[in-house]
Amino acid sequence: MIELKRAGFSYGGGAILADVDLHLTKGSFHFLTGPSGSGKSTLMKLCYQALFPSAGTIKVFGKDVRAMTHDDIAIIRRRIGVVHQDCQFLDHLSLAENVLMPSQVSGRDLNDDLQNMNQLLNWVGLTKQINALPPQLSGGERQRAALARALILSPDVILADEPTGNVDWEMGQKLLSLLIELNKMGKTILIATHDMNLIRVAKPQVAARVLRIQDKRIVSGGADL
Amino acid sequence: MNKILRYWQLAQDMLSGDQNADRVVPPSGYTASLTTFVSFAMAFLTVFALALFLATGRLADRWSTELAGTSTVRISAPDGQMDAQAKTVLGILETTPGIASARLMSEDEQRRLLTPWFGVDLPMDNLPIPSLIEITEEGVGPDVNGLRLRLQAEAPGAILDDHTRWRRPMVKAAQRLRLLGALSIGLIVGSTIAMITLAAQAALSANGQVISVLRLIGARDNYIAKAFVRRFTIRAFLGGLIGSLLAMLFIYFLPAVAEEGAFLTGLGFQGVQWLLPLFIPLVAATIAFVSTRFAANSKLQRTA
Ligand SMILES: Nc1ncnc2c1ncn2[C@@H]1O[C@H](COP(=O)(O)OP(=O)(O)O)[C@@H](O)[C@H]1O
Ligand SMILES: [Mg+2]
Repeated sequence: MIELKRAGFSYGGGAILADVDLHLTKGSFHFLTGPSGSGKSTLMKLCYQALFPSAGTIKVFGKDVRAMTHDDIAIIRRRIGVVHQDCQFLDHLSLAENVLMPSQVSGRDLNDDLQNMNQLLNWVGLTKQINALPPQLSGGERQRAALARALILSPDVILADEPTGNVDWEMGQKLLSLLIELNKMGKTILIATHDMNLIRVAKPQVAARVLRIQDKRIVSGGADL
Repeated sequence: MNKILRYWQLAQDMLSGDQNADRVVPPSGYTASLTTFVSFAMAFLTVFALALFLATGRLADRWSTELAGTSTVRISAPDGQMDAQAKTVLGILETTPGIASARLMSEDEQRRLLTPWFGVDLPMDNLPIPSLIEITEEGVGPDVNGLRLRLQAEAPGAILDDHTRWRRPMVKAAQRLRLLGALSIGLIVGSTIAMITLAAQAALSANGQVISVLRLIGARDNYIAKAFVRRFTIRAFLGGLIGSLLAMLFIYFLPAVAEEGAFLTGLGFQGVQWLLPLFIPLVAATIAFVSTRFAANSKLQRTA
């Protein structure tokens, strides 16, 4: 679904990523790990066209990202659910409206997705905060809200950048099992995390591959677990 | 024609539909009130500029048609000679080519002409008022210089006043004022475009996070632009409507000078002209629509 070939990236200074090869096949489950500042978020952004490669090629759903128009990217993002590391919302709208926003911008009938939204909020434990404004939510609540928003259109691919970064261990477990469940339904999943414990817990439950960024490149990290 | 149709469809698409769509942009901030205010102020000014334009147009027309083809002979002479000289002048005028008719004005008529300047209680009897002979010209009119020389020779108290002497600069002044009115409207339109574009750009910059969130969740550029365009168009329309109506009220209740003051034609609208200012809010809305769309498109094009 997403394929990087010898992809490289720099923010203008030195290279952050070089010669990255990565293939997220349909229904696969990947963890992306590496020390802070190693380029996990950068790689995620390359996957959802917030950034474009300075070298190599990236194909999403079979299409080269360099040939994409703004509209193409908009359509692709409806098929990729993204949980940002710094989850951003429309701060003047309620949690419910924010979670439904992907549905609204894609012109769907909101009534079709209302039930879906309630179920998702229930799943991530935010039923009580349904009318709260995003600035009133805690860091962990924002992450869960972002996950709910990422899932509202039931996308084919889910990219989550540190989805358990701000939540306690128990909630982290819960979110992880939610993602595992989604994977069992056939969704392609990539989770960036520096939390090795989370990966250890996941291992017995799902056939996940662990990728580690080291010296700007991806190395398979399965061995040390 | 096709192009116009396409723009019309675009406008419909931009303004209609999803009421929720413009909720994605935070409700106000100073740019929104700025737009309403600019539109209000500009509409208000446009109404006056338009009134000036129309009134001076009327004035120029009236002066050039009413005064064209007429002239007067003014006779100032000692009491005893007045009638004799008037008779001589009428005789000369009758035989002058280019003059259709000549007529001695009655005292009443003269009184009416002078009223605007001196009031109704003018004691005409005690004043050395000159006699006036009104001439209606035909064709290209009389040979003015020849006529003057003849009058000077035969009726020394008679002076030919062919109006063109003061008519020309007056008509010119009216035309200049008309141009000024048109120029003001042009300047107002230009400033409105500039200010609404700036306000739209400011709003787009202030809402950078909103735009990036909308993009992250799959909003097309068109959807994002629409949210801004709708808001600005509606604000400009409302501001323009209030501004126009208020200015029209002002003009409606302007002291009427048209009747008493013979030569002020009144700054205002006549008949169907009152419909013209009602187009101003539509023009304001169109300006906002085009400016905001342009600003949004270029901003969204530039940012990934
Ligand atoms: N917008 C940016 N401009 C310049 N450098 C950046 C930017 N974002 C991240 N970086 C740099 O790129 C490197 C990788 O960052 P990031 O991908 O966020 O790492 P991680 O998510 O693994 O912690 C870091 O050294 C960071 O300082
Ligand atoms: Mg990161």
